[in-house]
Amino acid sequence: MEKFTTHTGTGVPLRRSNIDTDQIIPAVYLKRVTRTGFEDALFAAWRSDPNFVLNNEAYKSGSVLVAGPDFGTGSSREHAVWALKDYGFKAVLSARFADIFRGNSGKQGLVAAELAQEDIELIWKALEAEPGLAVTVDLVNRTVTCGDIVATFQIDDYTRWRLMEGLDDIGLTLEHEADIESFEASRASWRPTTLPAKHLPTVPIEAARPVT
Amino acid sequence: MGKVMAMAGTLAEKVWRDHVVRRGEGGAPDLLYIDLHLVHEVTSPQAFEGLRLAGRQVRRPDLTIATEDHNTPTLDIDLPIADPTSRTQIQTLRNNAEEFGIRLHSLGDADQGIVHAVGPQLGLTQPGMTVVCGDSHTSTHGAFGALAFGIGTSEVEHVLATQTLPLAPFKTMAITVNGELPPGTTSKDIILAIIAKIGTGGGQGYVLEYRGEAIEKLSMEARMTICNMSIEAGARAGMIAPDQTTFDYLKGRPHAPEGADWDAAVEYWKTLRTDEDATFDAEVVLEASDLEPFVTWGTNPGQGLPLSGAVPHPEQIAEENERAAAERAIEYMDLTPGQPLRDIKVDTVFIGSCTNGRIEDLRAVAKVVKGRKKADDVRVLVVPASARVRLQAEAEGLDRIFTDFGAEWRNAGCSMCLGMNPDQLQPGERAASTSNRNFEGRQGKGGRTHLVSPLVAAATAVRGTLSAVADLEWDTEVDLTSFDGSPLAPLDPNALMHV
Repeated sequence: MEKFTTHTGTGVPLRRSNIDTDQIIPAVYLKRVTRTGFEDALFAAWRSDPNFVLNNEAYKSGSVLVAGPDFGTGSSREHAVWALKDYGFKAVLSARFADIFRGNSGKQGLVAAELAQEDIELIWKALEAEPGLAVTVDLVNRTVTCGDIVATFQIDDYTRWRLMEGLDDIGLTLEHEADIESFEASRASWRPTTLPAKHLPTVPIEAARPVT
Repeated sequence: MGKVMAMAGTLAEKVWRDHVVRRGEGGAPDLLYIDLHLVHEVTSPQAFEGLRLAGRQVRRPDLTIATEDHNTPTLDIDLPIADPTSRTQIQTLRNNAEEFGIRLHSLGDADQGIVHAVGPQLGLTQPGMTVVCGDSHTSTHGAFGALAFGIGTSEVEHVLATQTLPLAPFKTMAITVNGELPPGTTSKDIILAIIAKIGTGGGQGYVLEYRGEAIEKLSMEARMTICNMSIEAGARAGMIAPDQTTFDYLKGRPHAPEGADWDAAVEYWKTLRTDEDATFDAEVVLEASDLEPFVTWGTNPGQGLPLSGAVPHPEQIAEENERAAAERAIEYMDLTPGQPLRDIKVDTVFIGSCTNGRIEDLRAVAKVVKGRKKADDVRVLVVPASARVRLQAEAEGLDRIFTDFGAEWRNAGCSMCLGMNPDQLQPGERAASTSNRNFEGRQGKGGRTHLVSPLVAAATAVRGTLSAVADLEWDTEVDLTSFDGSPLAPLDPNALMHV
């Protein structure tokens, strides 16, 4: 993961609340087995609307998304984070994020910065008054700067540290492999295992067909 | 494990404590052990690829199980999958399962089905476990008193490699549902009412614990419906304390403990209750007797109302963001403020999903539609959650009831809940759906979704407009006791008319 300390780029005002992950990336795009190349899928349904904000030349190359509250609700699809990153977004600002989306962002180096809704409103107004205006997201000081507006944001300490160091979670966990082994040794023996597989009685399956 | 906890705790806290591999230091999250990892084709390919690139193995294939569900067609399952990208994704799961030694239930296998139906029916989901899956509806398994939640693909890779997850602490919320459900209402109406009350963000950062008389009376399947939609209230997990209903459901299932192990397990499971002196960070109380059949009118699951209501007037909504969201939703849904919800005509009725695709749901629907004909111009799709559910339904003759009614009887999978397979709404089409999300385009681009219970879905399929069972003509007194598996008063059509 790339280290993130500070980023400055075009701010994109997305005046909608409750932007669920089905809007960020519709399910039809989830059939791919790659981890990159999702830029075309970002907000796919909305991008067919010529008035959608990302179809405005001034915002097209945006890298800081400024969205309404409850961003990233719904499905756990990490593809939502991949699509935002592949498009070029480095940070999303919102008054409230869904828990799973926020977690996924942290794993992928996308900064999910929680701002007060009043600050979001001010930044929206500034970005709309001057399309193309830059926004600076400073993770070190936890501030967002847009024109004259300087706002602080929240992000948990651990995620911030990992983002700034660009650390891989799995590598960190495997440093504690001895702890995992000793935990495993203490687990109750009756805890279920999937292997060897046990089944309900075997029954042959025939495809259900439409009745004609 | 198995010993009485010295510190007072909620159910969620107890399960958490019993899984801490390592306490986080200096603001780092605790590292939790994962007892069961469920895998499906959509959110796993990139995780396996990550393992391969790093030269890592799956640490515990024996705590991992995979099924094919999101992409699978519900017709012609014995033929090659027509959509090449779906076919590739499913083939990728098969290759990965083979390479990493993971148990997989493929299309055509009797244990294939939606991952959240398969775990419980095999007895793999048990009280006090930590259960994860790259799917937000993993919260379903919380019905057993497990701490179960959806994870992203990076976390899937993390669990595959380490069988653990670093997890930030959560807050706890008690949702108490007192009293008894009125006839014609189900656990789906309870959860839709909860979401409408606390909002789609109300549960963010919390683990919900559902409790109270109305919850205790529910069957395991009805409890799963409630926990399933915890995520629609913003909570990653929802739980219900295990009790005799839970133990009875598990006893004798293929992976349930046996003999002395069973006794040891039950002894431990009985400790998994919130202590009297434990405190929750937040509490919500609902009266079940106030509930009516609930439907959503908008494009998020919090935009719901009792069926007797009308499409809201956005100008009466004080909060600016909510007002704007309501305006947009009403436009997308092609509705008129003030329009009675019962007047809304649908094109499709979808019965299925991890929310309401289990055998009790199908029995409830069958009871309503038996001997009737569906409304003209309404397409009715019945999709069992798992192949086992399908076989059970066929053994009970439910499939004939559905096909005689005019419905399509399909093979198991996620199907039209999210439209990744060919089962999709056309642009502008409107559905009453027993699934969990009414987001724009969720069931097909341009499609419109009203979330409903299986009973409302069935009645809607009969009348063609959003309806409750009380809106139907009933020749005789029908016993509604097994609707939703919860004890309900026998149906008295006259008494029901006010519902």
